[in-house]
Amino acid sequence: MEDLTFRHTTLKRASGLKPTAIIGVVASGNLEVLVERVMPDAECLLEIRTAAEGFGDVWEAVVADFVERYSPGGLKFSINDGGARPDTVSLRLAQAARLMQEDDR
Amino acid sequence: MTTWQKARTARDARIDAGAKVAKGKIVETGDVTRLLEAVIRPGDRVCLEGDNQKQADLLSAALLAVDISKVNNLHMVQSGVVLPEHLDLFDRGVAKKLDYAYSGPQSARIATMLFGGKIELGAIHTYLELFARYFIDLTPHVALIAAVSADRDGNLYTGPNTEDTPTVVEATSFKDGIVIAQVNEIVDKLPRVDIPGDRVHFVVKSDKPFFVEPLFTRDPAAITEGQILTAMMAIKGIYAPYGVRRLNHGIGFSTAAIELLLPTFGEKLGLRGKIASQFALNPHPALIPAIESGWVEQIHSFGSEVGMDDYIRARSDVYFTGPDGSLRSNRAFCQVAGLYACDMFIGSTLQIDLKGNSSTITTSRIAGFGGAPNMGSDPRGRRHPSEPWLQAGREADPDSTPALRRGRKLVVQIGETFGEKNVPLFVEKLDAIALAEKLKLDLAPVMIYGDDITHIITEEGIANLLLCRDAREREQAIRGVAGYTDVGRGRDKQFVQSLRERGVIRRPEDLGIDPLDADRSLLAARSIKDLVRWSGGLYAPPSKFRNW
Repeated sequence: MEDLTFRHTTLKRASGLKPTAIIGVVASGNLEVLVERVMPDAECLLEIRTAAEGFGDVWEAVVADFVERYSPGGLKFSINDGGARPDTVSLRLAQAARLMQEDDR
Repeated sequence: MTTWQKARTARDARIDAGAKVAKGKIVETGDVTRLLEAVIRPGDRVCLEGDNQKQADLLSAALLAVDISKVNNLHMVQSGVVLPEHLDLFDRGVAKKLDYAYSGPQSARIATMLFGGKIELGAIHTYLELFARYFIDLTPHVALIAAVSADRDGNLYTGPNTEDTPTVVEATSFKDGIVIAQVNEIVDKLPRVDIPGDRVHFVVKSDKPFFVEPLFTRDPAAITEGQILTAMMAIKGIYAPYGVRRLNHGIGFSTAAIELLLPTFGEKLGLRGKIASQFALNPHPALIPAIESGWVEQIHSFGSEVGMDDYIRARSDVYFTGPDGSLRSNRAFCQVAGLYACDMFIGSTLQIDLKGNSSTITTSRIAGFGGAPNMGSDPRGRRHPSEPWLQAGREADPDSTPALRRGRKLVVQIGETFGEKNVPLFVEKLDAIALAEKLKLDLAPVMIYGDDITHIITEEGIANLLLCRDAREREQAIRGVAGYTDVGRGRDKQFVQSLRERGVIRRPEDLGIDPLDADRSLLAARSIKDLVRWSGGLYAPPSKFRNW
């Protein structure tokens, strides 16, 4: 197991009101993402616990692209990774960000 | 005096020797090895029918059991090296030299044996090349083939898996060779005649049916969102704009996803009748929903697929069938159809380098070529025009005289940037090169050469290599869809952006596709059971694909 943490400042706050969301499953080649709206509006935090070691630079690149594209200000992402491929990680992060845009109901 | 019929005399002597262990043309199962010892001479070229799917397994076991003082140093010329016995022949000294095309399940052992000098390698071919050489310089002296049934005159019924048999028999029998067939049963009247009896010299009844592998069944349950995304991009970004109607699909999950998206995503785009209507393709179960939804007009097949027989029989408007109603396949003709009559090949691979060369070889495995390079190459001898072919030619060479401009076949590689166990699809140097050095091969086994590839599709986008004007543009176009692999992260970002502005690279959003829409609910069938349902119960999947 390897723990990785990435903190970014963002251009804007993630839209929507939803306080939390969860997507994905912890399984081989997959990952689970828990999102909480607990950060200051111009910050986001990603905490990753991954089964695959030695992919820190790939995570860094995936996370940087995600933050640039979705500007998830105010969100904290807790990720349990079962060795998912980078494209799957990108997809789950995008799905998680979209879930947070929904109204809180 | 010059004699001009030495081969015919020799053939007659072999037949006479074989006749001593036969009753007419029929040989008892227990006498097969004696038959082979009687008709095969040391150093003979022997085709032991090992096709992509169908295997002459009784005859390969019998050949392995020969007395090696009588039969040795054979030169095997066979398309598939598939069964362990095919390689045991070399361990025992029955065979010495090998020319072949495909070695799927034996790919690791064949690499070891080549490296250890156990096998003297002629060459690794594509199917069409090996078939072609059967008629020029690799004509078999003896062919050992497999069929479903025979009558007492030696007429053969191959059933749906005709595959390579007519080609092998044609080359052998008409050049004074001997043809020996194993059959599942001997009957008075055949359902149809696939091979006329005067081309067959001996027939052996096998205790059990010949082995057939279900190679083309992809369980929809295993298709990922990434594969669905690339399939959506393929349909909207390539099939639609080029109007591809005549094509061949590879056997991977990405193309299975395309097949399952035609009746849903493709239908919504209004593409039925405009794309994907004629195929050179085995009877893929994943194509059933598209067939049932009226997408597919016609399919010609290399071989059959386990479980598809009743469905094919009931859909004879789509498939080629014989007077008995069952499928007639033919690998050589279907390969030719895939080469010359199709406007597109789309398939997956294991490695792509910076020039676009691709390979399924790793340093420890030699899977051979099979037919992919025949489908996945631009046929320089093509002369008939079609809209997709002309359009691709225009994109590659916009400034030349239209009436003198060659068209281009669309050769598309589709895949996710990382494969199993996070192994990258894109590499600086193909493993095939290291393997060629290790085995001292003149040619690295490249499946599809970079100059034949027109498009690469990954979850990151489509690279249209037809629009690249020099080596740097090609390299950056490839890096630009290589995702988070080392090759992808090594891109020149500004250059890639300029390629995107020119439409050389197109992202999902450039095609109006939201990656978040790539959902399994888009698949027309999400399980094998769904495919059975679509087929009205006619598709009977083999037990390993059943979980109900």
